[in-house]
Amino acid sequence: MSEHSTSEHSSSEHSSSLTTYVTIWLALLAGTALTVYASTVDLGRFNAAVALTIATCKALLVALFFMHIRGASEKLLKLVVLSTIFFLFILLALSMADYGTRLWS
Amino acid sequence: MHDSSTAAVHGEAQSEPHGHNPALLHHFAEPQQQRDAASLGMWIFLATEVMFFGGLFCAYLIYRLKYFGDFGAASKTLALNLGATNTAVLICSSLTVVLAIYGAQRAKRALMLGSLVLTIILGFAFLGIKTVEYKEKFEKHHVPGASFQFENVPIPGHPDQYANARHAQIFFSLYFVMTGLHALHMIIGIGFFVWLLIAAWKGRFTPDYYTPLEMGGLYWHFVDIVWIYLFPLLYLIDRHP
Repeated sequence: MSEHSTSEHSSSEHSSSLTTYVTIWLALLAGTALTVYASTVDLGRFNAAVALTIATCKALLVALFFMHIRGASEKLLKLVVLSTIFFLFILLALSMADYGTRLWS
Repeated sequence: MHDSSTAAVHGEAQSEPHGHNPALLHHFAEPQQQRDAASLGMWIFLATEVMFFGGLFCAYLIYRLKYFGDFGAASKTLALNLGATNTAVLICSSLTVVLAIYGAQRAKRALMLGSLVLTIILGFAFLGIKTVEYKEKFEKHHVPGASFQFENVPIPGHPDQYANARHAQIFFSLYFVMTGLHALHMIIGIGFFVWLLIAAWKGRFTPDYYTPLEMGGLYWHFVDIVWIYLFPLLYLIDRHP
């Protein structure tokens, strides 16, 4: 493995530490427990908002730390991720603008 | 000629002590560029996957708002403990995926192979639990179709009203399409990881080259994120007494 000795410093640049991974893993498990608990509490119309907020926090943790968006050197990649979220927002928001303002009877 | 001139240009900037990297394809200047190109392509694929699932989430949102109480009544019949267990199983498999890449980056062969095996086992565990859930749906006649039954199920918050069976059937249709499509992604992911395990076993991945592992990881984490949203939307609505 002596021929790989030069890659030591380059691989440590784009990889997170073991502690980070285990911390994120525990946070994700805690988030799951929290969202199950929150669903048993009557928050009225805010139950859905709380559940989706927790889910979004968990998704962000996975994307930033497990999928390494946080350490990505390529700006183009971040642009792709942001435009994905943007177009998903357009899909959901404009559809709801239509269905939400129809007169169901 | 052309090759030697580019090699001279990049040789200066890169200063690779050991000549040619066998994993570096000739149309890339350096390994980092090759990795970035692969990541970008994978992320664009994932963008199409987000829109693919996005349409289903949009359909869910429209019908959830239209048949609010019926969706709550139908959601309450799902097995919460099995759904929560599956969420934990997927989160653990995401950890084993990053550990496999971590092992490849540091030339820890045992960690890489062990993590890949664990990922595949956890993937099968997820599908096994899903099978138990699907079996229960068939037994309860909660599968949309001619034999669908959903009688005398009270609407949460309105104990005097029963859920409309036709509206509940729409919930179960969305449940089966969304979790079924997710399960299909899991099956493809497991196939991908079996291939990665064989490649890793043959010693194809080194600290200089482990791009297929990273791409498999991106796919697996994406499937995990889809489930992170499916779990509260399908299992956790109107659970409170």
